[in-house]
Order: sequence, then structure tokens, then C-alpha cells
Amino acid sequence: MPPSSFLFGKKRSKRIRKFLAGDSIFKNLTLIFALSVLALALLIFYELYSRSQLSINEFGLGFLTEIKWDPVHQIFGALPFIFGTVTSSIIALIIAVPISLGIAIYLSELSPRRLRSPLSFMVELLAAVPSVVYGLWGLYVMVPWIRDSLEPFLESILGFLPFFQGPKFGIGMLAGGIILAIMIIPTISAVSREVMLAVPDTQREAAFALGATRWEVIKIAVLKYAKTGIFGAILLGLGRALGETMAVIMVIGNRPQISLSLFEPAYTMSGVIASEYIEATQELYLSALIEIGLLLFIITLMMNIFARLLVWRMMRMFRGAKE
Amino acid sequence: MIAKRITRRKIVDKLIASLALLSVIIAIIPLVGVIVFVTSKGLSAINLEFFISLPKPPDEIGGGIGNAIQGTLILIGLASMVGIPIGVLSGIYLAEFGDNKFGSLVRFIADVLSGVPSIIMGIFVYVAVVLTTRSFSALSGGIALGIMMIPVIMRTTEESVKLVPNSIREASMALGIRRWKTIVFVVLSTAKSGIITGIMLSIARIAGETAPLLFTAFGSDLWATGLNQPISALPLVIYKYAISPYANWQAQAWGAAFILVSIVLILNIVVRFMARGRYRR
Repeated sequence: MPPSSFLFGKKRSKRIRKFLAGDSIFKNLTLIFALSVLALALLIFYELYSRSQLSINEFGLGFLTEIKWDPVHQIFGALPFIFGTVTSSIIALIIAVPISLGIAIYLSELSPRRLRSPLSFMVELLAAVPSVVYGLWGLYVMVPWIRDSLEPFLESILGFLPFFQGPKFGIGMLAGGIILAIMIIPTISAVSREVMLAVPDTQREAAFALGATRWEVIKIAVLKYAKTGIFGAILLGLGRALGETMAVIMVIGNRPQISLSLFEPAYTMSGVIASEYIEATQELYLSALIEIGLLLFIITLMMNIFARLLVWRMMRMFRGAKE
Repeated sequence: MIAKRITRRKIVDKLIASLALLSVIIAIIPLVGVIVFVTSKGLSAINLEFFISLPKPPDEIGGGIGNAIQGTLILIGLASMVGIPIGVLSGIYLAEFGDNKFGSLVRFIADVLSGVPSIIMGIFVYVAVVLTTRSFSALSGGIALGIMMIPVIMRTTEESVKLVPNSIREASMALGIRRWKTIVFVVLSTAKSGIITGIMLSIARIAGETAPLLFTAFGSDLWATGLNQPISALPLVIYKYAISPYANWQAQAWGAAFILVSIVLILNIVVRFMARGRYRR
């Protein structure tokens, strides 16, 4: 209870109310700014929704399943972009989740105390490098490496699968997935680490007392309890991967097609918006691009809401357990 | 038998521990790779002319990114004018009056907003400001970046205001000072360094944003002349030069990336040391 609560009680004399006028003005001022954050979220949704009306009325739900993207003939379908965004994000998760969990386990359970904070700081710095710089590095350093080493290697051992066949440009779905993985590792590992640190020590001590090794303690006492929160962390990472724009645009090749091969170029939802909005001089073209933006907004919003709820609920549960 | 099982368990334990360490190393490789390449390729592109002159067409040698550095500074200034007041005041609301359902809702929305992709903020401002005013402008770029600063500043302000011990508030109010004056002059001055840390962190985060600027600030080859004109920025120049086919533009992209990464990393490291000092006390 705040120390001044008696001043804010129901019964106040006139003098006190006058004395408090400044207080209520200040409180309402800050309230207005807090409200503006809510208003902003609604406004973003409203603006995107109203500007994409034209395209929504024209194509309806077929927008999501239409495979053609043909501005000249005014046919717009989002499927290749949804495919590109979802596939590149899945590749990113496949690479990033095991590595991030390894990092989180190392930083929360295994590392020497002295190394803990400099190492987590270095992983956090990964998140601080601007996306366009990753794109630059990806285009001139990572893509040649993928073309000359990784793709021939994958083809030689997994070439019987349709995913690892085709021309080796370096630029393509695989490059997009890898650069996304690099960019979401900090998110997933930082949140998972936090969640693991929130597991009460009594859990660990109990497992150790039963003679468990460190890995067994992590497995039975930590991971089991932190499961929900880790799932939330992965969703947060996925949300970031789905919306990432610049780095992916620079390495994925930007061709609206659906191909099984990961070596082929692809196109993402954020990518098509960023690279085509300037050519979109007809109303319908622009409206279709904004509808893709609206879809992306709704998807990432859902991801984030769900993920935050999971992480929040788990943290609250542990806070209860600790007290 | 039992001894065998124990050794197996110990081996698994060691294996997992080394896998975990390996993942830390794998994650740090790209960070080191980016820093090494940006530094080695970037430094060779940098000289005095690079900092102070305008870009030149690709077939001419020389030229610089002076206007992009100027543009980035102007955009950060504009964004701060949007993001700092809204972020700090709503953060104060959350810390001082936000211990209720509405406070939790605002907190939650702010967290969710910070996870919305930056390109969405770009389209939003493009639709709401650029299409309405019919021109790309520095101002719209500043608004887009400013919106992205709000959640970070808000949450760090809330955290640092909450860290101020209640005894300080009580002491001030016992002297008959009103609550709002207590907050503005006593609580805020105690929480100052934390709030400044949050502001710097949010600047570090937006300084490298590219996607929202494509739709708003747009980029320019000239010095900035007015806030209603398109304006250049470091990330925009890096993008434009990186995807261009000209060797000397590509070299300049590395130079610009070196400057941008230096700014962002230095801000992050400074924030780190400021935060550490605060928690020790």
C-alpha cells in the first residue's frame, strides 16, 4: 500500500481536496500518456485494416491461397510470401532452438560464476547488431560460404531428399533461415535463461540430494518446471523471425515461388512489402501489400500475446512458490 | 553393473555440458565474424572525406556519407521528442499508480508492442502520415522510430522508479510536499540514472532500424534542408550501397556499417556499465 493512501481515502475534507488538486492533475496527465499507448495499438490495427479494405473486398479469403502475384494483371495472392515467411522461420527455429537451449542451460546451470555475466552480455550484443549489418555480412561473407561449402556438403550427404537439390546460388531459402537463426538466438536464449533462473533452488537441491548428476538435475528439476516458459521463449523468437525484414531481404533472393528445394530463392511477407511498396502506384496493388502487412501484424500480435501470457504465468507461479 | 551405470551417467553428464558450451561458442562466432569483417573492411573505407562529404555517383571515386550521419542524428533527435515524453510519463504512471488491472493491461500491451515487427510501424506511419501529407519526410521517420522507443523507455522508467525506496517518498511527504512534487523532484531525480540508461538503450535499438525508414525518411543524396523533406540515414545508405553492383559503393557500405556498429555497441557497453554501477549501490 502506498504511504499516502490515507490521503486518497474516500473521506477527505475540502482543504485536503484542494491541496491534492495538483496531484490529481499529475496523475491524470500520466494516465493520458499511458492511455495513448493503448490507443496507439488500436490505431495501428485500424489504419492497416481500413487501408486494406479494397484488397479484402476484391479477393476475400482467396488472398491467402492464391499462388499468383501479378501486378500487371492485378492478380494478387499472398501464398508464396506466407510460404516464404513460414518456411524460413521454421528453418531458423530448427537451428536456433537447440543452440539457444544449450546457451540457456550453460549460462543458468553450468558456467562458472565469473563467466556468467560477460557471456550473457556477449549473447545480448548479438541482438544489438542492426539487422541491415547482418544483411551486409550475410550477403558478402555468409552467402559465398553457403554456396561454396555448405550447399555442396548438404547435397553430397542429403542430396536424395528434394530439399537439398537444385542450383547452388548461395542466395535462397537456406541463407534466409540461417541468418534468421542467428538473429533469434539471443531472444530465445535470454528468455529461457531467465525462466530457468526462476526455478526455485529447492527443486535443484532436492534432485541433487537424491544423487542426480548435473544433467539429471537439469532434466528433472529445471527443464520440466521451465517447460511452459521455454515454449513461450520459442514463440517470442518465432515472432521475431516472422517479422524480420532487412537481413532476409538481402539474402533470400526475393522471388515469389513455392519450391521444395531450400537452395531456391524465396520471398517473405515483410520482404515484398519493403521492396514493392514504391512501385505500388495503383490503389489495389498498395492495398494488397498493406493487407499482407495486416496479416503479419495479426500473426505476430497473436504470437506475442500467447508467448507473454505463458512466460508471465510461469514467472508468477514461481514467485508464489518462492515465498 | 552399478558401477557401469554410474560411469554411463557421468559420461552423459559430461557430454551435455560440453554440448552446452559448444552452443555458446557457435552463437558467438557470428558476432565475432560480423565485428571482424565490419572492422577490417570498414576501416579501409574511412577517411576524413568519408565523414564530411556528400555521396558521389558510382563511377566517381570518393564521396562520403556525411549527410547520412547528419540524418541519423536528426532522426534520433526527432524520435526522442516523441518517445521520451510518452515513455517516461506512462512509465511513471505504471510505477506510481499502475498497481491495478488497467496498469497490467498497459504493461502487457507495451510488451506486445515491443514484439511487433519494425516494418509494421513503418507501414503504419506510411499510411497514417506519409500518404496523408503526400511526402516522405524526416518528421515521419522520427515518428516511426519514436513509436518504437516507447515500450523500452516505459518499462525501464517503471523499473527504476519502483527501485526508489519508499522511505524517500515518505520523508518527502512528511515534510508536507505534495505527491506530484515528490514524484517529479524527489523520486525522479533518484531514478534519473536508470531512466537515462533506458533512453540510451532505446536509442541503441532504433539507431540501426532500416525497415521503418524505407517507408518514411526514404533517403536522400543531399544535406538535410527541412523536416518535411526526405532525409538520409546510415542504415538506409548501408542497404542501398550493399545491394548495388558497384564495387566502390559496396566498400562504402562496409565503412558506414563500421560507423553504425560502433555507435550501437558503444551505447550498449556504456549502458551496461551504468546499470552495473546502479545495482552495486
